[in-house]
Amino acid sequence: MSAAVFEQVREHLGPVAQEATVAHGMLALLVEPPRVLDVVRTLRDQFGFDMFLDVTAVDWPEREPRFDVVWHFYSTRHFVRVRVKTRVPLADPTVDTLVSLYGSARYMERECHDMYGIRFRGNDDLRPILLYEGFEGHPLRKDYPKQKEQPLVPYRDVKP
Amino acid sequence: MNTPANRPAPSGAFEYLTTKKDEFVGWARKFSLFPYPFVTACCAMEFMSVSSTLYDTDRFGAALPRFTPRQSDLLMVVGTVTHKQAPILKKVYEQMCEPKWVIAFGVCASSGGFYQNYAALPGIDKIIPVDLYIPGCPPRPEMVIDGIMKLQDKIAAERHPIINEKF
Repeated sequence: MSAAVFEQVREHLGPVAQEATVAHGMLALLVEPPRVLDVVRTLRDQFGFDMFLDVTAVDWPEREPRFDVVWHFYSTRHFVRVRVKTRVPLADPTVDTLVSLYGSARYMERECHDMYGIRFRGNDDLRPILLYEGFEGHPLRKDYPKQKEQPLVPYRDVKP
Repeated sequence: MNTPANRPAPSGAFEYLTTKKDEFVGWARKFSLFPYPFVTACCAMEFMSVSSTLYDTDRFGAALPRFTPRQSDLLMVVGTVTHKQAPILKKVYEQMCEPKWVIAFGVCASSGGFYQNYAALPGIDKIIPVDLYIPGCPPRPEMVIDGIMKLQDKIAAERHPIINEKF
């Protein structure tokens, strides 16, 4: 059954997507950044992918464009997942927000913005959610120094 | 401890005994610890185990948790403390009245453990003074009990400056 819905999606969205492959029982679509919103709307409205699982990013420091933004969706009708990916450059790591389609995107986009600095156009609340006000940089980017700390409380002056 | 020589003690009981004031207060205080559990992570499970019936820290007078720092004198920091949480821990410590003691429970509270990154505080002694470190991930209940006994020894041997020439 999962293969059937994947075939339908591939038939419908194949011309829009740059890649559409099935791996490990999951359909993965690679699309251009401006098309993400339409593709996700189609997945939700026509193919029943009604649950938004997460949004995250992948940093490829050597590659241009440098970031993958990755969304996962689940269909409670077909019991399958689909992955949507897009590529954005360091100079302008911006994609459209999915808040208009899934309310929970509001919070998951905040986390993605914390960790990778991806900007979500249209999400007006990208305050830190796991990090804190005043934290500089994005800790899950590969160029963030591994042990760099930004303490909020000054360290004690301990005499041994 | 001795009985006065010039008067016989009635039926084997001491009428009074002599000791040092610091020792006396230390003895009283070491069996009357009121822990404030600052519990943040998985060590909490071990803390629950050690404080409930099987291992029973009440045997050491250290079982009744107070959920406000103002009523407690033993701060038990159980689990990882992140940089985001550090101001809260500092505030809790400052709200406690003297005398007060701090136990770093588990390796994360002691040194940060394996979290050496942007998020975790590498040991709570970076921001507040610590009396006792209990390493382990998590520590065995026996280690915690040993730690509490060591803290009791420390309290018993401390000077207790509330005692002065007026008392």
